[in-house]
Amino acid sequence: MNQSPWVGRVVRGLVLLVFALFFFFPLWSMLDFSTKDFVTGGRTGDHWRALVENDQLRRAILTSLELAGLTVVLMLTLLLPTMIWVRLRVPQATRLVEFLCLLPLTVPPLVIVVGINGVYSWVNYFFGGSPLTLTFVYVILVLPFAYRALDAALSAIDVTTLAEAARSLGASWLVVIGRVVAPNVVSGVFSAAFISIALVLGEFTFASLMHFDTLPNVIVLLGKGDTGASMAAALATMILTALLLIALSLLDRRRSERN
Amino acid sequence: MTRLSRVMPALGLLPFLAYVVIFMVIPTINVAIGAFQDNDGVFTGANISGLFDATMMTTLWRSVQVSAVSAVLGAILGTVLAAVIVTAPATSLLRRGVMALTSVFAQFGGVTLAFAFIATVGAQGILTVLLADHGGFDLYGDGWLYGVRGLILVYLYFQIPLMVVVFVPALEGLRPQWREAAVSLGASRRQYLTQVAVPLLRPAFLGSVLLLFANAFAAYATAAALVSQGQIILPLMIRAGLTSEVLLGRQHLAYAIALEMIIVVAIVMVAYALLLRRTSRWLR
Repeated sequence: MNQSPWVGRVVRGLVLLVFALFFFFPLWSMLDFSTKDFVTGGRTGDHWRALVENDQLRRAILTSLELAGLTVVLMLTLLLPTMIWVRLRVPQATRLVEFLCLLPLTVPPLVIVVGINGVYSWVNYFFGGSPLTLTFVYVILVLPFAYRALDAALSAIDVTTLAEAARSLGASWLVVIGRVVAPNVVSGVFSAAFISIALVLGEFTFASLMHFDTLPNVIVLLGKGDTGASMAAALATMILTALLLIALSLLDRRRSERN
Repeated sequence: MTRLSRVMPALGLLPFLAYVVIFMVIPTINVAIGAFQDNDGVFTGANISGLFDATMMTTLWRSVQVSAVSAVLGAILGTVLAAVIVTAPATSLLRRGVMALTSVFAQFGGVTLAFAFIATVGAQGILTVLLADHGGFDLYGDGWLYGVRGLILVYLYFQIPLMVVVFVPALEGLRPQWREAAVSLGASRRQYLTQVAVPLLRPAFLGSVLLLFANAFAAYATAAALVSQGQIILPLMIRAGLTSEVLLGRQHLAYAIALEMIIVVAIVMVAYALLLRRTSRWLR
């Protein structure tokens, strides 16, 4: 209180600088590493070119992107109708659905992966041993985050009135859910999709312990040989994730400003 | 209304419930049962007693060390950063920018994070090379990055932002009127802090420490990518059990460790929820 204002400002500036160094220096190191020519010591774009030219890496990137897309589709078809239906017809199940959706925060992926053998022998029986079968567990992984995003969007609109209006005009329940309520929660759908993609692209626990070659898994495998390429892939994943999450926070802010 | 028409709407929840049961509840129950079985499905207490042998206790202790130290340090440093942000005006670019960045960094983790630190302070890391060239300082040392100290440092990268995300609302909830009231009654800045602000924020702070602890305790990917061999913490011991590198014939020990993990995380999360309830009494 008796300090002069500029002392406080300098201290705050220094504190922020130290934190900025801690958080950005590792990112800068990755950029440096991924553009370094390990033979000559100069700069090269070879490691970044490997993202498309290295067969193993390209296939892993495609697998991870497909997984992200499939997870979003399955998550939305499973969760959105259920959440709308709970609000409209079975409100007494609200707490149950919320509890189940948030449960993965307490049951770590590592625990699920230990106990999933039996379930996946059936999954493999029906769908074959494709890496894309990871979609099933990834939906569980993203459940808490997707639930929060969709719940926030649904709370912002009057679902009951919309549904009653549509029903009185003769709409079926399917039309109510798919063509009346869902289009009104597009921002929530995007938020849920973005956070899901971000999580799936970085997921390692399930993929590595179930031995599927997704991007994070291949990054680790390559890290032992072609360090430059795996650094480039890791940094690319981080940048993509950051962009998705920043888009997410912009969506959230727009919604909170509208309310 | 017949009985049937009351039950019918609940049927709409069946697909969701069935899915969650198959892919989350059954695996969890499997773990709880498997912890008491041997590889042939015969019931035994060997896995559970295996949790208490010397190696496992050391590993548990290291896990607790990594989680507790990264949680406490993360909470303290996160509070410092949160305090710097909260004292800036709510609409300032600095505050909004840092808040957005922390929510991004709190999600970083896993493989990419491990690689970021290998690129910085690993054997060939930028900082390692820089310090070796200028002054001959050996930052890499005995390979501490791949041990307990390294894990703590790397975990801080997501613990600090997580602390900011969960603690800023509590700091924002401290009303300026309380400070004015204390000051008008003759309190000094120090008295306001120690007798008003700190007691009010204590439950929220302790709750956040617990959340950070659980977050670190269950984390697997970062440690697995960083430490490719050996099992210094519990999650890595589970990996060894599943891939049966060292625990040949004792794969079911992994079930027991997983059960141990559920129990620890559940206790911590319940305590967190209780503390959160106390905070919500005055927050808002």
